[in-house]
Parts: sequence; structure tokens; C-alpha cells
Amino acid sequence: MNPSPHGAAADAGTLSRPGSPFALFIAFSLLALQGFGGVLAVAQRELVDRRGWLSRAEFIELYSIAQMLPGPNVVNLSLMIGDRYFGWRGALAAITGMLLAPFLIVIALAASYERLAEFPAVAGALRGMGAVAAGLILAMAVKMLGTLRGNLLGPWLCALLGLAALVAIAVFRLPLAWIVIGLGLLGWGLARWRVAVLDARAAHGEGR
Amino acid sequence: MNTLPAGDLLALFLHFLTLSLLSIGGAMSTAPEMQRYFVVERGWIGEADFTTAIALAQAAPGPNVLFVPVLGFQAAGLPGAAAALVGILLPSTLLSLGVSRWGSSRRDTPLVRAFTAGLAPVTVGLVFATGWLLALPFLGDPAHRNGALVLIALTAVVTLRTKLAPIWMILVGALLGAAGIA
Repeated sequence: MNPSPHGAAADAGTLSRPGSPFALFIAFSLLALQGFGGVLAVAQRELVDRRGWLSRAEFIELYSIAQMLPGPNVVNLSLMIGDRYFGWRGALAAITGMLLAPFLIVIALAASYERLAEFPAVAGALRGMGAVAAGLILAMAVKMLGTLRGNLLGPWLCALLGLAALVAIAVFRLPLAWIVIGLGLLGWGLARWRVAVLDARAAHGEGR
Repeated sequence: MNTLPAGDLLALFLHFLTLSLLSIGGAMSTAPEMQRYFVVERGWIGEADFTTAIALAQAAPGPNVLFVPVLGFQAAGLPGAAAALVGILLPSTLLSLGVSRWGSSRRDTPLVRAFTAGLAPVTVGLVFATGWLLALPFLGDPAHRNGALVLIALTAVVTLRTKLAPIWMILVGALLGAAGIA
């Protein structure tokens, strides 16, 4: 199960695709098993950068929808990607891949937790893995910035909405649901207005 | 490991079915309600068990939603774990599948175009915030602050500049952490 040789082409516009639901299951199992402290950054890296199944812009679009819906964001993301390629069988394969192996591991950990916690090296290893998880997420955020370049909201409104989300979580610690619904609806409304303005401008231009 | 009578197991399952549709932004947003139900109302597990469940799910690979089956496991063993995981996922998954199909068949309508464009910057802001929150505990830990900050920065640079698989970076992080360097 080597990463696709076409992975590097993801941003050049030539995308690859999974061969079967089983390939999806394996790919999602492998990425879930690398997801210490969060799967999102690993999913972006494996599916976009390495396998080339999605472009960066498609990934961010699916993830934006995934987090507006109830349920774990990465599970919603998995099912949308799986559904895209193989319908409900793909969705099931992706979700099962995302959850099965990690579920077995976390239950095994829960069953043996009290004995493990006594070793300081275990706590140290967890800390080191946490730092790497933070670095992966920050790098992913930097990459996502590039996808906003063609956004129809324009750079200023994008910066305003992005900074508002950042400050609301990092500084004010507001519940995520409020932010996603509140800023999401605001962004949606602003973008709907921009679509109307741009369409009107285009129609006007053609009329001359 | 505890066991619960079948009636309690069913109650646990039904409770997660309802929480599933409320878990906008992820299962973590319903964690306070789960704590109230498991610890306070039912007394199935203790307060420390609840914290342990969240810490274990974050330490283990995979999505953070896996703290939910750990709660089920603590309360009722393997049947509890399975009931909790299926309960928290089933309704939200069916709804998401329906909504995403509806949306992708209308991708080019102004409303759906506006939806994806309007949400993208919020999503990017939230991902930056997540990185910040994950890095925050290291800033308040003088013994490991510098090592951890170097590790965070190094990971970010390697991710941006190379195609190295994350597992190798995580392995290096685990080794440096176990050795007390980061």
C-alpha cells in the first residue's frame, strides 16, 4: 500500500482515485493509525499531498461542510469522500477504516491503563507526540491559507472571518458549535451577497 | 470493568442516539452533557474516569470521538463500548450522508457556492486555533518548553517542505519525549 506516485500531481490538476472500497478501507485505516492528537492533518497529508485523491480546495470544501453537520468532523469527512467514489459502500469502507483499528487500540488501552500510567517514559512519549500533533496541524493551516486565494469573498472578508474564528476559540474559548453556526451563517450570508454582486456585474458586462 | 443490566444498556444507547444529532462541531461539544449523564445522573463512572477517557482517546491514534466508546467501556464493558460508538455515530452519519448528497447535486447553485466559499475562511481560522490550543500546554511547562517548541516548529517545516509520512515524525516525537528532551 505505497502512496500513489501521482500524489505530487494533486495541485497540478491531475487527480488519482482509489481502486476499490477495500483500498479506501486500507487508506483510512493507515491514516487513522497515524492520527495521534487528531486525524485531520494526517488525512490532508495522506489524501491530498501523498495519494492525490482530492485537491486542497476540494478537501477544504468537504471539511467545511463536514464540520457544520452534527457528528465527528473527520468521520463526516470520511463518509463524504467514500460516498463520492463508491456510494454507500465507499462511505461504509471509509468510516470503518477510520474507526475500527483505533477503536480496538483505545479499548485495549482503557483495559490496561492503570498499569501503563506508572512509567514516566510513557508520559514523556505522549508529550512528544502531542508536540508533533501541534506542528502537523499548524502546517496544515498554513497550506489551507493558499486555497483562500480564489475565494469569492476576497482577501479582506476572508481574513476577517478567519481571524474572528481564531480569536473566538483561542482567546474567548467559545463553544465550537456557536462559532461554526454563528460565523458560518455570517460567511454564508456575505458570500451569497458577493455571488449576487458578481453575477450582476457579469450580466451588466455582457449587456454592453 | 463493570456490567450493566440490558435495560440500562439500552438507555445508554438511546441517550447517545439523541446526543449524536446535537454534536455539531464534533462529539467533544457534547462532552459536558455526557459527563452529567454518566457521572451525576446515573453514577455509572467516577469523575476521574471521565477525564481518563478523554486523555486516553487523545493519546491513542484515531479520531477524538473514541472517548465515547471508552466511557461506554468503563460503564458496561465491551457491549457498552459498542453501544456508545454506534449510538453517537448512527444518526449523524445518516444525516451527513443525505445532506452531502443533496449539496453535491446542487454544487453550482448560488446558495451552495456561497455556503462553501463563506465557510472556507472560518475553517482555516479554526484549524489555526486548533494548532494553537494543542501547542498551549507546552508554553506553560518550563521544563519542556524549548524542546517542545523546537519539535513543533521542526514538524511544521518538514510537513511544508517534504512528503514525509506523519508517522515518522510522531515516532521521533515519542522518542524525544520518552528521553525527556521534548
